[in-house]
Amino acid sequence: MTFTFLILAVIILGSALAAALRPNLIHCALLLVVSWLGVAGFYLWAGAEFVAFAQVLVYVGALSMVVLFAVLLTRQSRAELRVDAPETRRAVWAVIAGVAVSGVIGAAVFATKWDPAPVTAPEVTVRGIGLELMGAHAAALLLLGVLLTAALLGAVVLAAPDRPEKEEKS
Amino acid sequence: MSPLQGCLLLSAALFSVGLVIALARSNAILVLLGIELMLNAANLNFIAFWRFHSGAAPATGVIFVLFAIAVAAAEAAVGLALVIALYRHQKNLRLQEATRLRG
Repeated sequence: MTFTFLILAVIILGSALAAALRPNLIHCALLLVVSWLGVAGFYLWAGAEFVAFAQVLVYVGALSMVVLFAVLLTRQSRAELRVDAPETRRAVWAVIAGVAVSGVIGAAVFATKWDPAPVTAPEVTVRGIGLELMGAHAAALLLLGVLLTAALLGAVVLAAPDRPEKEEKS
Repeated sequence: MSPLQGCLLLSAALFSVGLVIALARSNAILVLLGIELMLNAANLNFIAFWRFHSGAAPATGVIFVLFAIAVAAAEAAVGLALVIALYRHQKNLRLQEATRLRG
């Protein structure tokens, strides 16, 4: 429980909470980018440098751009960036559900008897990760490549506009 | 409070915030971002157990998180394509109005 961890927790949770409350869509997206950066900082603090860089590349770099593109492609005017505030009834039930979930998980965390033995930080190098990925997890890596290809092809098919002959028919 | 408990509590709080965003907001993009936040909370748990709990092979947690990040990226790409398709059909992103599966 260090000072750095507390600061990171405040950054992650603060920006996520602010994103839950802001009415402006662009502000929400940018605040969530800050939250993802905080998670990358947590990975660095925990000693998983490679994962931290992957998080920055995938979430902060690529995913935020895709989200901003989606926001800009799906608006017609400046006023539309303000999404309506959530309806009170749904918001209340959502908060109740969130508090209940975190309460259950928190109670479970405190009720569990954790192994009190001190743990030394596991030594993992990028070379070691690469050898593991290409050795024991080679099949999963190939499957992941297939999954990414299929997902991107599916995204193109979904987002592409309907073909003209279809429009003539309707 | 041990570091592991702190990490798990942070992850639980982050998961709940993502859940509240996904349940309370009616904009499709924001719901997708809430789901991404929940995925991040799960990854945070993997790293916490990898770092502060013994018993697994040294690289297991890291590789788990790398695969989860890749799958999350694929999911986000498909989700945002769905958002754009939804916008083309009904000219807004309100999920309450998206009640038809057929175009």
